[in-house]
Amino acid sequence: MAEYQRHEHDVLVIGAGGAGLRAAIEAAHGGASVGLVCKSLLGKAHTVMAEGGVAAALANVDDRDNWKVHFADTMRGGQYLNNWRMAELHAKEAPDRVNELEALGAVFDRTDDGRILQRNFGGHKYPRLAHVGDRTGLEIIRTLQDHAVYQPIDVHMECTIVSLLKDGNRIAGALGYDRDRGRFKVFVAKAVVLATGGIGRAFSVTSNSWEYTGDGHALAYNAGAALQDMEFVQFHPTGMVWPPSVRGILVTEGVRGEGGILVNKEGRRFMFDDIPENYRGQTADNEEEGWRYTQGDKNARRPPELLTRDHVARAIMKEVREGRGSPHGGVFLDISWISSKLSGAEEHIKKKLPSMYHQFKQLADIDITKEPMEVGPTTHYVMGGIRVDGDTQMSSVPGLFAAGEVGAGLHGANRLGGNSLSDLLVFGMRAGKYAAEFAGRQSSPRVDLQQADAIVRTALEPFDRRDGGEGPYQVEHDLQTMMQELVGIVRREDEMRRALDGLKALKERARKVSVTGNREYNPGWHTALDLQNLLTVSEIVARAALERKESRGGHFRDDFPEKDPAYGKFNIVVKRGSNGEMLVVREPIPEMRDDLKRIIEENK
Amino acid sequence: MSAAENSFARNIVESGQRAAARSNTSAGTETHAATFRIWRGAGPTGQLQDYSTSVSEGMVVLDAIHQIQAEGATDLAVRWNCKAGKCGSCSAEINGMPRLMCMTRLSELDLQKPVTVEPMRAFPAVKDLVTDVASNFRAKKRIRKFTPRAPDAPDGTWRMGQADADRVQEFRKCIECFLCQDVCHVLRDHQLHEQFVGPRLLVHAAQLEMHPLDILDRTDELKENHGIGYCNITKCCTKVCPEHITITDNAIIPLKERVVDKHFDPLGKLVRLVRGKSARGGRREAGGGKRGAGSGGAKL
Repeated sequence: MAEYQRHEHDVLVIGAGGAGLRAAIEAAHGGASVGLVCKSLLGKAHTVMAEGGVAAALANVDDRDNWKVHFADTMRGGQYLNNWRMAELHAKEAPDRVNELEALGAVFDRTDDGRILQRNFGGHKYPRLAHVGDRTGLEIIRTLQDHAVYQPIDVHMECTIVSLLKDGNRIAGALGYDRDRGRFKVFVAKAVVLATGGIGRAFSVTSNSWEYTGDGHALAYNAGAALQDMEFVQFHPTGMVWPPSVRGILVTEGVRGEGGILVNKEGRRFMFDDIPENYRGQTADNEEEGWRYTQGDKNARRPPELLTRDHVARAIMKEVREGRGSPHGGVFLDISWISSKLSGAEEHIKKKLPSMYHQFKQLADIDITKEPMEVGPTTHYVMGGIRVDGDTQMSSVPGLFAAGEVGAGLHGANRLGGNSLSDLLVFGMRAGKYAAEFAGRQSSPRVDLQQADAIVRTALEPFDRRDGGEGPYQVEHDLQTMMQELVGIVRREDEMRRALDGLKALKERARKVSVTGNREYNPGWHTALDLQNLLTVSEIVARAALERKESRGGHFRDDFPEKDPAYGKFNIVVKRGSNGEMLVVREPIPEMRDDLKRIIEENK
Repeated sequence: MSAAENSFARNIVESGQRAAARSNTSAGTETHAATFRIWRGAGPTGQLQDYSTSVSEGMVVLDAIHQIQAEGATDLAVRWNCKAGKCGSCSAEINGMPRLMCMTRLSELDLQKPVTVEPMRAFPAVKDLVTDVASNFRAKKRIRKFTPRAPDAPDGTWRMGQADADRVQEFRKCIECFLCQDVCHVLRDHQLHEQFVGPRLLVHAAQLEMHPLDILDRTDELKENHGIGYCNITKCCTKVCPEHITITDNAIIPLKERVVDKHFDPLGKLVRLVRGKSARGGRREAGGGKRGAGSGGAKL
């Protein structure tokens, strides 16, 4: 039997972004002994990349706002597939979670009377996003990190979990390795909170960091937990496409908000070509009106560039597919054209979009005040994740909790901007609280070290295939390319079936990858292990997407381009069958409470 | 289509041609070989090793490192996360300069010569480009945590002006890349990690000390425990900060002035003795309007 470093905690939190940190803080506050594991150094998680703000109905800027409007906005944005209990709790509790960040030292931008300032964002009826310039995520993660280090929380930095451990049906802990030395560690825990973020690295073009390999999704699935809504992946319409090194980096919606327009290589402003019926009344039908809207004219309707993210992303893909794209496979986003409308446009652009100006200047050698940018859709967020109880965040495995992007329910078919930072605060806190309570009722679990030994043997196999085997990077690259092409932004049955065949072949290749060197800080080995999670998650996304034969939110089927009301009555749930097969089932959405129904009616 | 729109369309078409041309010129998708001289080693021992890889327009140093990994050096150790200059993970010394690999474009470097990529030398080596930066995390724990005054409003919230927020937001931009720690000679040459917290943590202390809501006074510990006296204001830290935080002038010097005021100013000492409280505390009370825009520097 192998030797393990052994750590015992009441609650083990896996992932140290906003959700994991908030959960750890709450669990420690509840008296639990807490371990916090993260793949990177503390404070480097993907939360740092959130820009726009955190949505909470503080009503500091517009006093008509309240939790009911936020609830209705979130449900409408999610096309009513949301877990309505989570949408209710989220809208009610977000203001307290934001205010308490201030008590921990966060410094948000201010209103004239000294309160937390809020800004407008897509899908939110009133100015609702508390923010710090365009670096709100950094402020939140640093605030939580700088508070957490003073709490009784054992932080295990640069540690990757390869499997959850169970004692019968209940969770018993996790098995992982430290990245710098490659030593295996056994974590014994009465409760585990997964807060591992998303799956963006399953696609070739993404705004997500390397850590987003769907670890938590795969860990939970392998442990028998149910996942839901995995067909809903959000593709942000505007990411950079050139040069190759920056492909996928986000270009903020603010460019379009300031009057930026989308044009194809023929110079045609194609967004006017196809305005969805249900938005026609509130969308400008000529360029002049659209321009006036961006300049603050309250009587003008919004330009079609500011339609919902899913629609704009698909329109861009259509231009590219039909041969009207820009040289590097995107379209043009042009803000420089406003010089024909405004004097001093150059300075105006630099003042309103400073980070975009520098991003393009520094990384692409493009002066956006003079030239158009090339942009295309980029994988941004997964609405789906672990199916949880709305109140406690516990999954279908007793003792296993989930919070943040790895959890599912709040966002339904489509997430509103700003609702992810509030998601991780509200449900990070709840997961930590209920995990600590759960742990308090349990005896110590029994950990089967033979189970651990078997996992370690499998994990070390890439070292045994030193000669001949393919390296892991090529397999990962091919997976990303295939998922982007076949299960990306526009989906078809035949393409997704091909993707399932492709996944089978890729799994074969992944089983044979070999790595060189030793176990100390070896990225090749780490990639070989992460690859397993990416493959699992990719198959889950493809199977869920096949099952939903309609188009809704982030999921668009070329062969079923319309929304089908029958599909609005259930979530698609994926779980592992008793023989290891992947089960895809439809779970009816519970009837909404009458008071919540009334709120939705009142806010129609 | 109007004349104006016509000319607009022409501009776009021309821009498209320019963009296409960019990728076809010698600096574009056409690739050429460049050599990267990368530190390889486990622990303190190691050596520079040359890797040749093809580079193309727009690549940053981190891209070249990833390419070299994929082409065969699969175990080449490097930290990175966001690849957008926001997380501060990929710090290294490129041609001897402390920089973020993800924000250093190859076009800024002379590719006729090998590009040297080494780990941050102020920290103990782990492997290849990865160093042990745990001392920075330990140092932060030694600085007393944020402690706010009682809330201003009955609902438990506070009021502060944007000007007061601005002052500490500069410090709170820090992405903890530790390049400032790497370049600081007190840490790098004298290895006084346990005596001197270094510029990053002094920026952290400054944001706490100048935080509009914080009520602690960390002046004594800055002098006694955190070694602020070791800093002799060479400003190297400010020069390498990728977030352009004015570390020396805006964070360290004001903290040094507080230490001087409290410990080396006999007149101030006398005043404090007579008034029976710290001059700073007194000013804090007098500056009850810290929230106002005009109260900038009230905690100084």
